[in-house]
Amino acid sequence: MTTAALSKPISKTKKHREPSKIGTTIGIVLILILWLVPTVGLLVTSFRPVALINTTGWWTALDVDNGPASAQHPDPNASYAEKLGTRFTIDNYVDALTGYRGTGTYRAACASGTKPLGMNCNISDLLNPRGMGRAFVNSIIVTIPSTILPILIALFAAYAFAWMDFKGRYAIFAVLVGLQVVPIQMTLVPVLRMFAGMGINGTFPAVWLFHTGFGLPYAIYMLRNSMSTLPKDLFESAYLDGANHWQVFNRIVLPLTTPAIASLAIFQFLWVWNDLLVSLVFLGGQRPVMTYQISNMVSSLGAGWHLLTAAAFLSMLLPMIVFFALQKYFVRGMMAGAVKG
Amino acid sequence: MASVTYKNVWKKYGDVIAVQDLNLAIEDKEFLVLVGPSGCGKTTALRCLAGLEEITQGEVLIDDQVVNDVAPKDRDIAMVFQSYALYPHMSVYDNMAFGLKLRKLDKADIDRRVQESARTLGIEGLLKRKPKELSGGQRQRVAVGRAIVREPKVFLFDEPLSNLDAKLRVQTRAELSKLHQRLETTFIYVTHDQTEAMTMASRIAVMNKGLLQQLDTPQVLYDHPNNLFVAGFIGSPAMNFFNGKVIVEEGTMYIDLGSFRVKVPEHDMPRYDSVIDKEIIFGIRPEDIHNPEFAPPSIIAEPVEVNVDVTELMGNEIFLYLINGNHNFIARVDPRTQVSFGDKMTVVFNMDNYHIFDPSLDPENPPVVGGITKE
Repeated sequence: MTTAALSKPISKTKKHREPSKIGTTIGIVLILILWLVPTVGLLVTSFRPVALINTTGWWTALDVDNGPASAQHPDPNASYAEKLGTRFTIDNYVDALTGYRGTGTYRAACASGTKPLGMNCNISDLLNPRGMGRAFVNSIIVTIPSTILPILIALFAAYAFAWMDFKGRYAIFAVLVGLQVVPIQMTLVPVLRMFAGMGINGTFPAVWLFHTGFGLPYAIYMLRNSMSTLPKDLFESAYLDGANHWQVFNRIVLPLTTPAIASLAIFQFLWVWNDLLVSLVFLGGQRPVMTYQISNMVSSLGAGWHLLTAAAFLSMLLPMIVFFALQKYFVRGMMAGAVKG
Repeated sequence: MASVTYKNVWKKYGDVIAVQDLNLAIEDKEFLVLVGPSGCGKTTALRCLAGLEEITQGEVLIDDQVVNDVAPKDRDIAMVFQSYALYPHMSVYDNMAFGLKLRKLDKADIDRRVQESARTLGIEGLLKRKPKELSGGQRQRVAVGRAIVREPKVFLFDEPLSNLDAKLRVQTRAELSKLHQRLETTFIYVTHDQTEAMTMASRIAVMNKGLLQQLDTPQVLYDHPNNLFVAGFIGSPAMNFFNGKVIVEEGTMYIDLGSFRVKVPEHDMPRYDSVIDKEIIFGIRPEDIHNPEFAPPSIIAEPVEVNVDVTELMGNEIFLYLINGNHNFIARVDPRTQVSFGDKMTVVFNMDNYHIFDPSLDPENPPVVGGITKE
């Protein structure tokens, strides 16, 4: 071993940047700009007062002297920093979170002493059914079980399909894969009727069940494919080591399937989080989720961008956190070293 | 420590017969090597013993217990896989301790066993690493380590060296032999490499097409192959075969090979009475064809005129690819031999050591005529 290592010439020549690498970098930068510009625009707009949003573009946000007189700093000789302070506000977020729908702002209305309709002017307004605050909580209540349940069930099913021998295994799997083509709209009426019979329409379990049912075929399909790529030897070795199916599943398959589970979790989470149709049909206005609330803002306020941008940003927050938290699983190749290759 | 017995074991996959009526008695503490070309059923036979395949018919016994319906984990065997099958997400320590943890041994005992096995194999320094941080040779050791911590009755090896480079393979071969002596346990080892079989085995079972061809010690297998397949499979370069005929002229027996004939030594003549005037296959190993200049004096030498086609100098010997008529064959001669392409020369066949196979008894795999080993 040592002689082999010694005979290897040690070469540490610096690699020159290849042209293709520069091309890649330029491409990535272009895509980044394409993605980031609208996002930054959304973010900047969401912090601007209504009067400015309606008159000037977000890219002029740092030009403190434009826009209508009502939006100008009262003292024309104030410093740039002072002027800049009046050009940004968190009122949009406050209004969106509390669900304030008046002509001014929630803070101004409360400060003037006249309580806006249905508001208490205290922390309890965050749970106002018309606000994004409440919708955020509802969205979380909908999304977390709707992500965990189908994956949990699919994991067991996928293990069985991939590594347990039973009659009709391929037939059942084929049916499951086939089920993926059923359009969601087709099932709305029958499921709605069924849920009505069970008396769970308009409750969270209804949405959990629906999302679980709809998430399962794809989840099983994906996890089975991922599990069946694990080398057979690993399983046989574990059986010889004395493991039963549960122990193999728990100690070998689960850790090695983590990247697949993570990516599946992200997809399912995003799908449920961004879903409007299912929550509209099964929850409606009784327990509004964020997508439902955003759609309400558009329809009821037409050009109420200030609320829309803030609400949109609020609804983006959690998906972004989830993605950044789990993204390493996309990159990491856990299988390296399992089998000589 | 245990004996293993295969009793009339069959394994079929649909219509395909993988193992055909295998009878094999493996003694306690034996190092048995199952060898054969790929697809000969050797790995299937091993997997049947491990319990990873159900047997179609027959019985497999460990000691005196029939284990057909015993779960793999209850057979008290450990297996080293060709791919090593290390758990990629566990450290070397956890890989080795996995089976012990599942068997609910206490922590101190597990630790003692793992450390001890690691020391035996010289991998103490690697215990904290993950498999992907190991070289091929180190992974192979860990795989062996994972088997020996369990202290099983029987060790199974499924081509454990095939992923190593040539040098490491030679080294590991010796280590496995040493390990076998130290552990004093039954080893069953599957390989397609006859060199591995010859160097490590206490007995070799040669398999082909699902059938056991011969079971014996390496030396007997080499000197007295039962049939054409074993004769050709064991030994490298392989034995030379010539189609010919046994004839008797004026009381002397010859093997007539068309373009030349060799005389059968007198004391061998009774053995070949049964094949006189019949088509036979004559076999002689490359090392039994000598350059007359350097041939040992005691052999019964039969001269043959040949043309040299190719010479391969190995340092300690020379392989000569020779032509006589339509016969091509290889000789393994003394390195002082000075010949080159196109030369004519005379070589001598050592008629102390040759084999005659009778295709009329089995055209697929002719058995040896008058062999000393009996079924």
